[in-house]
Amino acid sequence: MVERNPILDTFTHALLIISLIALLIPFWIVFVAASHDFHTVNQVPMPLWPGSHFFENISTAWVQGNFSRVMLNSMIVAVGVTGGKILIASLSAFSIVYFNYRLRTLMFWLIFITLMLPLEVRIVPTYAVAADVLRPYREILNLFGLSIGLPEWNMLNSYSGLILPLIATATGTFLYRQFFLTVPDELTEAAKMDGSGPIRFFLEVLLPLSKTNMAALATIMFVWSWNQYLWPLLIITDQAHYATATMQLQKVVPGPVFGDPPIWNIAMASNLIVLTPPVLVTILLQRWFVRGLISTDK
Amino acid sequence: MAEIVLRDVRKSYGKNEVVHGVNLDIATGEFIVILGPSGCGKSTLLRMVAGLETITAGEIEIGGKVVNQMEPRERGCAMVFQNYALYPHMTVAENIGYSLKIAGVSKAKRRARVEEVAGPLGLSEFLDRKPGQLSGGQRQRVAMGRAMIREPRVFLYDEPLSNLDARLRVAMRVEIRKLHQRLGTTTLFVTHDQVEAMTLADRIVVMNKGVVEQVGAPSEIYNRPQSTYVAGFIGSPGLNMVSGTVDPAAGVVRLTDGQELAYDRERWPVVTPGPITAGFRAENVELSNVGLKGSFDFAEELGSARLVHGTVGDQMVVAHVDGQLHFEPGDPIQFKIDPSEVHLFDAASGRRLAGERSPMPARNEAARGLVKA
Ligand SMILES: Nc1ncnc2c1ncn2[C@@H]1O[C@H](COP(=O)(O)OP(=O)(O)OP(=O)(O)O)[C@@H](O)[C@H]1O
Ligand SMILES: [Mg+2]
Repeated sequence: MVERNPILDTFTHALLIISLIALLIPFWIVFVAASHDFHTVNQVPMPLWPGSHFFENISTAWVQGNFSRVMLNSMIVAVGVTGGKILIASLSAFSIVYFNYRLRTLMFWLIFITLMLPLEVRIVPTYAVAADVLRPYREILNLFGLSIGLPEWNMLNSYSGLILPLIATATGTFLYRQFFLTVPDELTEAAKMDGSGPIRFFLEVLLPLSKTNMAALATIMFVWSWNQYLWPLLIITDQAHYATATMQLQKVVPGPVFGDPPIWNIAMASNLIVLTPPVLVTILLQRWFVRGLISTDK
Repeated sequence: MAEIVLRDVRKSYGKNEVVHGVNLDIATGEFIVILGPSGCGKSTLLRMVAGLETITAGEIEIGGKVVNQMEPRERGCAMVFQNYALYPHMTVAENIGYSLKIAGVSKAKRRARVEEVAGPLGLSEFLDRKPGQLSGGQRQRVAMGRAMIREPRVFLYDEPLSNLDARLRVAMRVEIRKLHQRLGTTTLFVTHDQVEAMTLADRIVVMNKGVVEQVGAPSEIYNRPQSTYVAGFIGSPGLNMVSGTVDPAAGVVRLTDGQELAYDRERWPVVTPGPITAGFRAENVELSNVGLKGSFDFAEELGSARLVHGTVGDQMVVAHVDGQLHFEPGDPIQFKIDPSEVHLFDAASGRRLAGERSPMPARNEAARGLVKA
């Protein structure tokens, strides 16, 4: 329904503008606080216009907060998780949609049900497995009375521990399944007639066709994994080497990193640093997948 | 030599059999059209030849080899799909050359072959476009190029023209025919459009509900339909069919309302008296002051002529008339039917009566000069 009513138009616009301001004010305050020196930022009331110490604060925060290390860690984890999720999601959806085997529907619903079990719910067993990856298999073997000495594999304090347990994704599988279902059967048959096997079809036809799908999934998953907090906190005790950006952020105020009382200007500068990559990824990929949606790739 | 042989080919989905034992010999270079209404199993039959559908029972042989267990790519068939099924993310050149890429042909050779194929199809200037930027007719040609580049033993078309508008359909029909003349590749073409079938085919296979009703040259199918089903399906309008009782002594078919329709006793010398279905083409009916008495229902304007629909007793009759008409619905009219063009069918089975004596009509392919000595 499209209403053409000037009063209603003005009202809705006003509402939108107010919401936008309400949304942006915290960011503005973070930015302003990050641009003053220690004394100015602690004045009451705090100034509402940016000062001239922005880059100085950023570089102080970067060095003191060890951000070259933790940002790199976060980047490795976020890229690893995103890539892994896309790989696993597309492969499992490919299997569910294109292959005919018994229990196929059951498999799909099993995956689907895990939507209801996010990491936070199953964090204790997940930790147990991360601490000793082969333990479930050992238990199963024991159940059958076999005692084969499986080696120990401990994922605590490692990138694989940060990445692997986060990779399985019911959402992604579901998204890909829905996409594959829209690909016409005749395309598959044309590829078969051209002599393509399943792997080639997956790599050269399905994946390129799912570019926009992939961009959407990548955006969501990158931001999600960048913001992971609980899991890294739980399994990383060697913070000097494996701390992620979000873990570091937790310590900036009032904390052991910059000292007590809280040094707000540096803390806010750290905030901006940690915030930048997900924002950039969102802006970049969003553009890209909107372009993908507009071009008539029928 | 037979290029494709079907031996009692059957297909079932679960307990439901949809193709009931098809036997067919297709000669090398022949253009075969499979014609039938929606849901009769045409696509299923074609897809079994292509290898996209498993064969429930029977045997399919291509080039002397039984292909039942072979993968589609090993059978040497290329297929053109109804909705073209082009790869949307590839350019026209990549679409056409994809099978060569899979076969491991080098990039330079591939490009050369693609240009060779694209030229005669009028696609040279579109090679770098995506399918989304082409018209329906151009996409159709890309699909044909993709099939041609493999130099297959057999071309398979599944209703390739049904997504095109009427004029383009006629144009593409001509192109497909020319392509066949140029390459001489054995072709199986599925359609439900009898005009397409009549104009393209060396031989038509008429299917109905999973069985083959008749196989023959277009003129043969038109002039000597082997069953009432084929008779009603071929031609527009289909054959007029009236039921009655045949009296061979008098050489007439007595209709349900007692009127008599004469047939050619020379042509049908042995007929047993009893119930029968008689058929005749609208072109062999004249409006006259002799013949079957009936009434006028309505007329269809064809431009150069008219189709007059009338009722005789309780049966419908259509006449193809050149002159102008001045009738009101319900007016009495008389249909004069040429006795030598009356066809007789068994009333119970619907099969054409056996024992007919008449010269075989000229074979269509002979008329076209396509038969090899
Ligand atoms: N995968 C399938 N599972 C079950 N039944 C099927 C399947 N595919 C086709 N059929 C049935 O087989 C019959 C023949 O189908 P087919 O597609 O060969 O018809 P067609 O002659 O090509 O019709 P159309 O002109 O509409 O394309 C139909 O009754 C259809 O319902
Ligand atoms: Mg079909």
